[in-house]
Amino acid sequence: MAAAEELAFHEFEEATNLLTETPDAVTTIRSDQLASREHVSVVVGSSVSYGAEELQEEGDKTALLQEEKPQPGFWTFDYYQSFFDVDTAQVLDRIKGSLLPRPGHNFVQHHLRNRPDLYGPFWICATLAFVLAVTGNLTLVLAQRQDPSIHYSPQFHKVTVAGITIYCYAWLVPLALWGFLRWRQGMREHMGPYSFLQTVCVYGYSLFIFIPTVVLWLIPVQWLQWLFGALALTLSAAGLVFTLWPVVQEDTRPVATALLSTVVLLHALLALGCKESLVGMWGGTILSPDVLLPAHVMPMVTMWPGS
Amino acid sequence: MAEAEESPGDRETASPRPLFAGLSDISISEDTPVEGEITIPMRSRAREFDSSTLNESVRNTIMRDLKAVGKKFMHVLYPRKSNALLRDWDLWGPLILCVSLALMLQKSSVDGEPGGGPQFAEVFVIIWFGAVTITINSKLLGGNISFFQSLCVLGYCILPLTAAMLICRLVLLAGPGPINFMIRLFVVVVMFAWSVIASTAFLADSQPPNRKALAVYPVFLFYFVISWLILTFTP
Repeated sequence: MAAAEELAFHEFEEATNLLTETPDAVTTIRSDQLASREHVSVVVGSSVSYGAEELQEEGDKTALLQEEKPQPGFWTFDYYQSFFDVDTAQVLDRIKGSLLPRPGHNFVQHHLRNRPDLYGPFWICATLAFVLAVTGNLTLVLAQRQDPSIHYSPQFHKVTVAGITIYCYAWLVPLALWGFLRWRQGMREHMGPYSFLQTVCVYGYSLFIFIPTVVLWLIPVQWLQWLFGALALTLSAAGLVFTLWPVVQEDTRPVATALLSTVVLLHALLALGCKESLVGMWGGTILSPDVLLPAHVMPMVTMWPGS
Repeated sequence: MAEAEESPGDRETASPRPLFAGLSDISISEDTPVEGEITIPMRSRAREFDSSTLNESVRNTIMRDLKAVGKKFMHVLYPRKSNALLRDWDLWGPLILCVSLALMLQKSSVDGEPGGGPQFAEVFVIIWFGAVTITINSKLLGGNISFFQSLCVLGYCILPLTAAMLICRLVLLAGPGPINFMIRLFVVVVMFAWSVIASTAFLADSQPPNRKALAVYPVFLFYFVISWLILTFTP
C-alpha cells in the first residue's frame, strides 16, 4: 500500500510540474512505469507489433507496416526478437504446409509470407536430435530384451553427435544454397533469390517429417522401415524442390538440375545417416546384425524379396 | 505521506484534510524558508536491517536462506498461482537440486567403457544450458519475465524429478525385473507431469496469450530429456 502511494505521489508531482509549464498538455497515465519497476521490461519495437497487427488481415498492409519500422541494429535484443515474432497458430500452419507439399504451392510464398521465423527451425532440430538419441536408446533396450548378452549402456554421447550433425545440416546447407543462388543471381530477372532466413526456414520446417519417422523406425520390420524412410524423404524433398523450382527455373537447364539433385541427395544422405545410427542400414544395430528382429518375424522378413 | 505534504508549508493548518486537496493553491514565495524533514519510516527500518545482518550469527544467516529455499520447495510441491517464486528469486535451490541430481546419475564405471551414462559435467551442462535456452526463447517470444526469475522457476521445478531419481535408485536396489521397470516408469511419468504442470503454472502467465504453447513446449522437451536420463539409469 505504501509503495503504491509513493509511486502515485511521484507521478503526480511530475505531472504538476509539467502542467505548470504547459497548461494545455494532455495527460495520460503510463502504466508501463509500474511494470518496469519490478521486471526487466523488454521493449517490443513499437506498439503496433503484436497488438493490433494480428487483427488485420495478412496482406499488403502488414508488408507496408513492416517496411516502415526502422530496422534495429544487430547488437540489440529487438533485432533477434523480430525473428521470433510468430504465434502458435502460425507455427502449426507452417508445419502442416511442410508436411503436405503440392506442386506450384510455394512454401515461402504461401506460408512464410515475408515473415520467416527462427523458432521453428531451432526447436525442430533440437527435437529431432533428442528423438534420435531417445529412439536409439530404446532400440538398444529392445535388443537387450531379446538377447540378454548385450551390454546395455545409455549411450549418451549419441545426443551430442546427433545434435551437432543436425544443426550443421540445417544451417550450413542453407548457407551454401543461399550463397550459390546469390552468385547466380545475374541469370534471373523474374524473381529474386530467397533471403538467408527464408532458406533456413524452409530447411528447418522440412525436417519436421523426420520426427515421427524416427519414432516409427522402432518397429523392427525391415521393409516397413524402408517404406517409412522413403515416404519421409519423398515428402521432405518434394517440399524443398517445389519451393526452389520457381527460383531455379530461370537458370540454365544443367545448372538447375544439378542444384536440385544435389539438394535431394544431401537430404537423402541425412535420412540414411539417421537410419544408420539407429537401426543400421540393413536392419541390424551397430552391435550385431539381426538381433532386433524377434524370432517369429525373421522367417517373414526373409520371405520378402529384395530385403 | 500527509506529513511530507504539510511540512514545507507553514501556512496550512494542522487540521486533517484530504490528500492533495489544496495542492493547486500552494505557492511558496522565495523568501519563505522551506525547511523540514521528510522522513520515510520504511527506509530507516531497512538501514537498520542491513547493518544487523552483518552482526548476526552465521547460523541465523544460513537458516534464513534455508528457510527461503524450503518455502519455495513447498510452492513447487503444491503449485498454486502465486508470485512468491517470481518475486524473490534465488538460485541456491536450483544449484542444490542440480548437483544432487547429477551426483545420483553417476555410474560407477569401473571398466570405463565408452558410451556410458552421462557424466556429472554433462548433466550439469544440460540442465543449466537447457534452462538458459528456454529463458532466452521465452524472452524472444515477448514474455515479460526476467532472466533470473525464469532460471529460478525452471530450476526449482526439477524437485519432483530429483525425488523420482531417489525413488528409482532405491527401487533398483531390489534388483532388476519387469515389475521394477513398471514401478520406475510410473514414478518417472508422474513426476514428469508434476514438473511440467508446476513450471507451467508459474511461467505461462508471463507470455502473450497466443504464444503460450510456443513457450511451454521447450519446457516440456527439457523435462522430458531429464526424465529420460533418470529412467534409463542403471547402476
